[in-house]
Amino acid sequence: MSKAVNTSGYAGFISARRLLFWSGIVALCAWVLVPIYLVALGALGGRTGAYQWPKNFLPTDISLQPFILFLKTEGVFQSFLNSLGAAGITVALSIALGAPAGYALARYNFRGKDSYRLLVLLTRAFPLAILALPLTVSYIRLGLYDTVLGVGLIHTVLALPFAALVTQGIFLGVPRELEEAAWVFGCTRIQAFFKVVAPLALPGLVATAVFAFVISWNEVFAASVLTVRHRTLTAYLLTVLSESPMHYRFAGGLMLILPSVVFIFAVRRYLFAIWGVSSK
Amino acid sequence: MANIVIDNIKKSFGAFQALKGVSLTINDGEFVSLLGPSGCGKTTLLRIIAGLETSTSGDVRIGEKSVIGLLPKDRGLAMVFQNYAVFPHMTVYENVAFGLRMQKADDARVKKQVEKAAGLLHIEPYLDRYPNKLSGGQRQRVAVARALAVEPGVLLMDEPLSNLDALLRLEMRTELKTVLQEAGTTTIYVTHDQTEAMGLSDRIAVVHDGRIEQVGTPVEVYNHPATRFVGGFIGNPPMNFITMPVTGGQVTAGAQQFAVPAQGGEIVLGLRGETVERAPTGQGLDMQVRVAEPMGSHLLLTGSILGQPARVILPATETVKNGETVGLTLDPKRLTWLSPESGVSYPAAA
Repeated sequence: MSKAVNTSGYAGFISARRLLFWSGIVALCAWVLVPIYLVALGALGGRTGAYQWPKNFLPTDISLQPFILFLKTEGVFQSFLNSLGAAGITVALSIALGAPAGYALARYNFRGKDSYRLLVLLTRAFPLAILALPLTVSYIRLGLYDTVLGVGLIHTVLALPFAALVTQGIFLGVPRELEEAAWVFGCTRIQAFFKVVAPLALPGLVATAVFAFVISWNEVFAASVLTVRHRTLTAYLLTVLSESPMHYRFAGGLMLILPSVVFIFAVRRYLFAIWGVSSK
Repeated sequence: MANIVIDNIKKSFGAFQALKGVSLTINDGEFVSLLGPSGCGKTTLLRIIAGLETSTSGDVRIGEKSVIGLLPKDRGLAMVFQNYAVFPHMTVYENVAFGLRMQKADDARVKKQVEKAAGLLHIEPYLDRYPNKLSGGQRQRVAVARALAVEPGVLLMDEPLSNLDALLRLEMRTELKTVLQEAGTTTIYVTHDQTEAMGLSDRIAVVHDGRIEQVGTPVEVYNHPATRFVGGFIGNPPMNFITMPVTGGQVTAGAQQFAVPAQGGEIVLGLRGETVERAPTGQGLDMQVRVAEPMGSHLLLTGSILGQPARVILPATETVKNGETVGLTLDPKRLTWLSPESGVSYPAAA
């Protein structure tokens, strides 16, 4: 009899735990998803939908019309291309510079390795706002002001610390012995890197690349300060949207969110691996 | 095919001396084990030979040519790693072919060599698979096949069996011996497992604390350990060490008397547990048995001789009760005498 009571108490404990677990998950998902949903609703619900109050949570009266109208607006497409260009430069440079740094951190022991890792992160602690004026002056002098390249360079600075640290984790995940086996069986260090390490690190390197892409894609401050005519999408929207109707703003917001959401969903596994949660 | 000369290799990691001047000559086609407890420097030595680690001083010659400063790939060797190190992004076929491809061998030769190596190690059915579909034992076979496929002058093996379970290890050990005999490759085999070293090797080099304590055939090393460490490390149960008084160059054990290489004071008797025979008490050494364990194939006795801990083995037909005192006679030809101060053994009596 007492045994039965114990089991039911235990089962109660388990179900309470499960309830807590799932309600936590639901709350976290809602925290992220509800705003995105509302933005999408505002963007696709037309002029009336955006202003309607109380909000209708069900998607009624959906039309792509405001979204298409937004895409057709002058400057949107050009700034979209500028964003892609700046993000492309950021990706290329942060992989080209960050991956070798990450490899060195993963494979070599050198004096000051730990302080280097800390220092690399500290570059992010420097508020960009303080740098804005000197940066603008130097950019004007260098001829980088109001260019996509200039924006790409400053975004690289933002993405590079992450690229170095994240690729370190990826290269640590490739067993050293595999590389040594390649050396023994006829590879130089460089050959071993391209034949063995690179193929195994590739998924992680791709994740790092898209990470850099998103950092650049979402960055708005530097892009606004350093450009006038060649704005990136974020910077362009920031200036344009304040004078636009509500549903129009929602369309812009949705367009900014979507690439990031798609990307993070695609690489979620690698992000876990990076922070040491994965089993290997 | 090549001989290897290791000439006074030293290696320090900061203040820690991993290798304190190691010299060893390995003949062409010979199988030599580096045997020692973990942290003794045996793997470091192997990695220095392979070129994966640099030595602080000393020379390594493979086939009369100094290889210090050469890249691993230019040393004419192959290696089997402890964790197999099979490339996960290549099929078994491409793994085995890797060394040949790097040598720019033509496809016909690659195919022939891969099939030969795969045949030796019975991995033909898996050639199209990826390593993650293989068990540990199969991966190990792939690693060995990869090494043999390049027909290396020297084969280095770093604890290749230690990640396998006991039964598989036994099986692979026998198979390795057959395969390597057939290949006739000069082999250096690092292990901490004395049965592996005893079973596989032409000669064993016992490494301890950055030095080679003894080099010899398995039988030599077993029967006449050069030092107390070697005697204690090799053999199961390990060699017994019993300190005995010497009078007039003689040691007395009951009715038995042995001439020893010391005149007076004390000497240490190195006694292999299975070399004794049971006798009435007082005939030889008497042993106070604490625990008698019938092991099926033999009877293992744990207790003390002259108040010093000892383990001996008697035939399974004997019966001994716990707490009993048994008499043991010694075989004078199979005793080792060691200096009590240095722990070094005296040369075996001619």
